[in-house]
Parts: sequence; C-alpha cells; structure tokens
Amino acid sequence: MKIAVCVKRVPDSETRVKIASDGKSLDEAGVKFILNPYDEFAVEEALRRREHAGAGEVVIVSLGPPAAQETIRTALAMGADRGILLQADRVPADGLEVARALGAELKAGAYDLVLFGKMAIDDYNHQVGPMVAELLDLPCVTAIAHLEIAGGKGTAEREIEGGVEVVEFRLPAVLTTDKGLNEPRYPALKGIMAAKKKPLEVKPTALGAGSLEVLALSPPPQRKDGRVVGEGSAAVPELLRLLRDEAKVL
Amino acid sequence: MNDVLAVLEQRERTLRKVSNEVVTGARRLADALGQGGGGARVDALVIAAGTVAGADQLGGFGADKVITLTNPAFGHYAPEGHARVIADRAKAGGYGAVVFAASATGRDLAPRVAARLGVPLAQDITDIAVEGGAVTVVHPVYAGRALLKLKLTARPAIVSLRPNVFTAVQRPRAGSAETAAVDAPVGRVVVTGIKHAAAGALDVAEAAIVISGGRGLREPANFKLLEQLAAAFGGRAAVGASRAVVDAGWRAHADQVGQTGKTVSPTLYIAVGISGAIQHLAGMRTSKVIVAINKDRDAPIFKVADYGVVGDLFEVVPKLTEEIKKLHG
Ligand SMILES: Cc1cc2nc3c(=O)[nH]c(=O)nc-3n(C[C@H](O)[C@H](O)[C@H](O)COP(=O)(O)OP(=O)(O)OC[C@H]3O[C@@H](n4cnc5c(N)ncnc54)[C@H](O)[C@@H]3O)c2cc1C
Ligand SMILES: Nc1ncnc2c1ncn2[C@@H]1O[C@H](COP(=O)(O)O)[C@@H](O)[C@H]1O
Repeated sequence: MKIAVCVKRVPDSETRVKIASDGKSLDEAGVKFILNPYDEFAVEEALRRREHAGAGEVVIVSLGPPAAQETIRTALAMGADRGILLQADRVPADGLEVARALGAELKAGAYDLVLFGKMAIDDYNHQVGPMVAELLDLPCVTAIAHLEIAGGKGTAEREIEGGVEVVEFRLPAVLTTDKGLNEPRYPALKGIMAAKKKPLEVKPTALGAGSLEVLALSPPPQRKDGRVVGEGSAAVPELLRLLRDEAKVL
Repeated sequence: MNDVLAVLEQRERTLRKVSNEVVTGARRLADALGQGGGGARVDALVIAAGTVAGADQLGGFGADKVITLTNPAFGHYAPEGHARVIADRAKAGGYGAVVFAASATGRDLAPRVAARLGVPLAQDITDIAVEGGAVTVVHPVYAGRALLKLKLTARPAIVSLRPNVFTAVQRPRAGSAETAAVDAPVGRVVVTGIKHAAAGALDVAEAAIVISGGRGLREPANFKLLEQLAAAFGGRAAVGASRAVVDAGWRAHADQVGQTGKTVSPTLYIAVGISGAIQHLAGMRTSKVIVAINKDRDAPIFKVADYGVVGDLFEVVPKLTEEIKKLHG
C-alpha cells in the first residue's frame, strides 16, 4: 500500500483570534500552530493500513509556508515515512487552488489511497479532498468514520443526518476522515528523534490567483451580553415569558 | 446568466426539509442578481429514482421551475452520478449560481461540482448578497470566532447554505414542473444502504430546537430529563451533547455539538450542565436564542446565553418540562 496523506498547518483552536491590520487575515503573532486535528485521523489510518499490510509507504504532503515543515515532522514522528512540502508564502482562501496544487503533486505518485481530513479547523472548508478526487478522476468518499479494505475494494461508513451511510468504492481512492475513525497515536520520543532524519523534500510552488477574493475578516457580531434570568426553578416562569414575548421562539 | 440552480435533497423519495431553505436562499440570491434588470429565475433540481413527494410544493418557496431528473441508480445518493448530472445541468443552463445545502450530502457534492466546473466554492455560508454584480458571502471560520467575507468572481458562483440559517419563507411562484430520465455513469462509489438512527429521531444539525446536555447530568440515564423536555416541544426538538459526555460513551457522536461534532443553528438552543468551552461554543454560537442552565454562575456559557438560569438542573429541567407541556397542552 502506497498512501499519501495531505495535512494542513492550522492555528490551535484554543488560540485567541486577533485580526491583522489588513482586516482580511489572522494576526499570527503569538499563535500556536498544530497539525489539523482531522488530519491526525488520516495519518493514523494510513499508518495502520501500512502496519496491517506489513509493507508500503506513507507520504505526507502539505502546502504551506516554510513553518509547515514542523507540521509534516509531527506526522513523521507519528510514523510516516517521508514528507513533501509544497512551499508557498500563502495558502489561498480558494480551496480549488489548494486542490490544484496538491493534485499536481499527487498525480504522479501512483498512490493506492490519498487521505485528507474532512475539514481544516481554520477555514472549515470541507472541500479540498473531494476536489482533488475530481481533478484526479479518483473515486472518493468523504467524512468517513469506519473503513474496511480488502482486495482492491473498500467499504466506508459516513454519518448523515439521522443515520449512517454505507458506501462501497474501488481503489485507488481518495478518502476524507472524520472523528471516530480511529484514535490517533501520540508521537513517542523515539518517533520524534527518528522523524528528524526522515526525508522531507521542499518544492517551491506557484499558485494561481483563484477567483475567490477575501473582502474582510471580522469578529462575529457580539451576542448581546448574557443575562441571568434568575435562580433555580423559580426562574422558569420568567424564562418562559421572555422566550415567548421577547425572543418570540415559543 | 443570473438564474440560480437550487440543488435539493430527498431521501426515500421524500424531499428533505432543508430543501425548502435552499430554495429560499436561492430565491433571495436570484432576486438580488436580477435587480440589474431582467430579473432572474430559480430552477429547483431534484435528483431521484422517480417522482419525489413535496417537489410540487417548491413553487411556494420561490422556485420558478422544478426539474426532476430520474435514474434507477439515484435511489440513494450517488456521488459521481449526481456530480455529473448537476455539472452538466449547470453548464447547459448557463446559471449564475448553484446553491446547495451544507448538509452531509451537500458538503460532499458541492466540491465535486465546483471542481468539475473549475470554479471556487464557498461552503457552509451564513449570509449571501450581491455587490457590484458579484456574489458575496459570509462564512464562519476559526471555530466561529471570526467571519470571512468572500467575493466569488467566477460564474457560476457555487455556495452551500448552513442549515437553519436561511429560514424557509413562503414566496409563491407558479412553479412549473419538468421531469426527465437521465443517464447515470455506473459510479465507482456506491451507497449500498443507510443504517438508521432511532426512528423519528431528529438530527441536531437540522432541528429547530436543540437541548444539549453535558457532564453536569452526572450519568447517562439522566439524559431522560432532556428527552422528556424535547418531547414536550412536540417533535421539533433534538437532544445534543457536549464532547465530554460523548467521549464518556454516554451519548452517540452523532449528537455531539461543537468543533469536533456538529455545527447547529437552531432557533432555540438550551445548554444544560454544559460549561461552555470554546470548542463547544464553536458548534452553537450562531443559534438564534441561547438558554443556559448551570449551577455555576461563572460558567462561560452564561457569557453567550441570552437567558441564563443559575441553578441545579435536576430541579430546573423538570419544572421547565412541566411548564412547556402546559403551554402546548
Ligand atoms: C481539539 C478539541 C476539540 C473539542 N471539540 C469539542 C466539541 O466538539 N464539543 C464539545 O462540547 N467539546 C469539545 N471539546 C471539549 C471542550 O474543551 C470541553 O472539555 C467540553 O465541552 C466540556 O464538556 P461539559 O461542558 O459537558 O463538561 P464540563 O466542562 O465538566 O462542565 C460541566 C458543567 O456542568 C455544570 N453542572 C454540574 N452539575 C450541575 C447541576 N447539577 N446542575 C447544573 N449544572 C451543573 C458545571 O457547573 C459545569 O459548568 C474539544 C476539546 C478539544 C481540545
Ligand atoms: N494547505 C494544505 N496542505 C495540505 N493539505 C491540505 C491543505 N489544506 C487543506 N488540506 C487537506 O484538505 C482537508 C480539508 O481541508 P478544507 O477543505 O480546507 O477544510 C484537510 O483536512 C487537509 O487534509
């Protein structure tokens, strides 16, 4: 099994969001960056597939600034074999541009599986995986929480509203991973040491302009300051009155 | 070039509720696009194995035409077949925009269609407008802690609408109908079935009212308090959960609200025994009205709650259920 996993460097979900002076981007000063949590499920799945097969290669691919090398090293420390950084000074807002760059790299790789997270926790875009699949004309199942593969065929399960969809597909394929698929391992010290020596190729990448323009990044409208209606069950009648007469939701 | 294609969803040949929202959003967009002159039409597209119940009602929400495209392979969602049919239709019809629901299906389908057409996609949007002839959208990012405003300069503009945000509005049109059989490729990706959750259980992502419980409920059996409250609302409410209780195995992951669970925007969100961690807020802060019940006055959930009740949930929730029952009874 030759497996590629696309991973994104994203701000930790705990970091405070401060908007940069251009009014269009995140002020990255003091922001801690991590490997996108959904991509951890993808890395873990790839490692398990390789371990199960007893052979194969897991290649980590990321598009991002030079600092994304650290993100790739995190995946290498988990156990992946080598990494490729498509180095660009910015990651475009247009997911299709990201997909084009990743697709161009993945095309020649002859991978049996190409794995993505179901979404990046910074842009919440839910799109790069299935776009790459279309560009490479590969079968694709998104947001999988269960996976079985045998003899060139796979069965995956994905959560839909009010149920679980069971999906069969042929390999090679593109899959995007959801929570529940597995429990990602933590890199052990040995893995962290080994990762430093694993190959990581850096390829300067030119990106298209795309046709999605960022006009502004702004804080969400402040919710009106929270208001405490009262204490204990004695507050219930007043709560209902407010829900009915003021909020008009009853 | 200003007409809008609304891509609808059906299951078991019944239109899903979110489809009315998609038509509502598409109508709003078409009206804005058509303002420069000439107006703009909304074509509602239904893909199914045969006729679909509810499709004839879409004129009520602003569809000028309902197009049903049928193929025996479209009993379930067929990702590759659907993507091809929609992309072909979008090209042939010269649409200015294609609108999806940001549902499990829409989120899977919209990127495929966008990539086929070679145009960008704005997924899971909460607002849409037209400025200087171009479609602009708002999309929450960074776990809902910032809003990204985007301009889509390519045509068609492809967007998916966050469920429950574009509340369905009656905008009656004549709503003509057209049904045609279409070819479908034998897809390499085939949905072989749907394992159903409890019959009748409403999904948290789509319910008008969501009542979520957290660690404050102390043990799984106590969720029956929330189920009783949900039942008192008469079938409009779903029970959600914080990650703490999902990780503890008390509730299914499908019910989890938050960054690693579902994003919900109900009319009413009631957080019970939930502290209000940033990752939980990420999933529910766009709810229209938030109520919090928590015994800790300093719990962060009270900062976002429109109405808070400080107190023991084991006392407050049964009282609330009783009063709601009276109201509806
Ligand atoms: C990467 C990442 C992703 C995450 N994703 C999610 C996510 O998707 N969704 C999510 O919810 N969390 C998520 N979390 C976890 C989140 O940080 C919190 O740990 C979690 O939301 C806490 O759940 P809780 O509010 O149920 O529990 P607690 O924080 O323990 O809060 C319990 C609350 O119940 C109250 N309480 C106790 N007894 C009573 C009583 N008798 N009556 C009334 N109130 C009472 C307490 O005052 C307290 O406020 C994520 C964390 C990380 C790091
Ligand atoms: N810059 C990137 N480099 C590598 N992979 C990416 C990048 N952006 C997105 N991805 C992959 O695509 C998935 C979905 O991202 P998104 O569509 O942005 O929500 C992520 O979980 C990653 O697996």
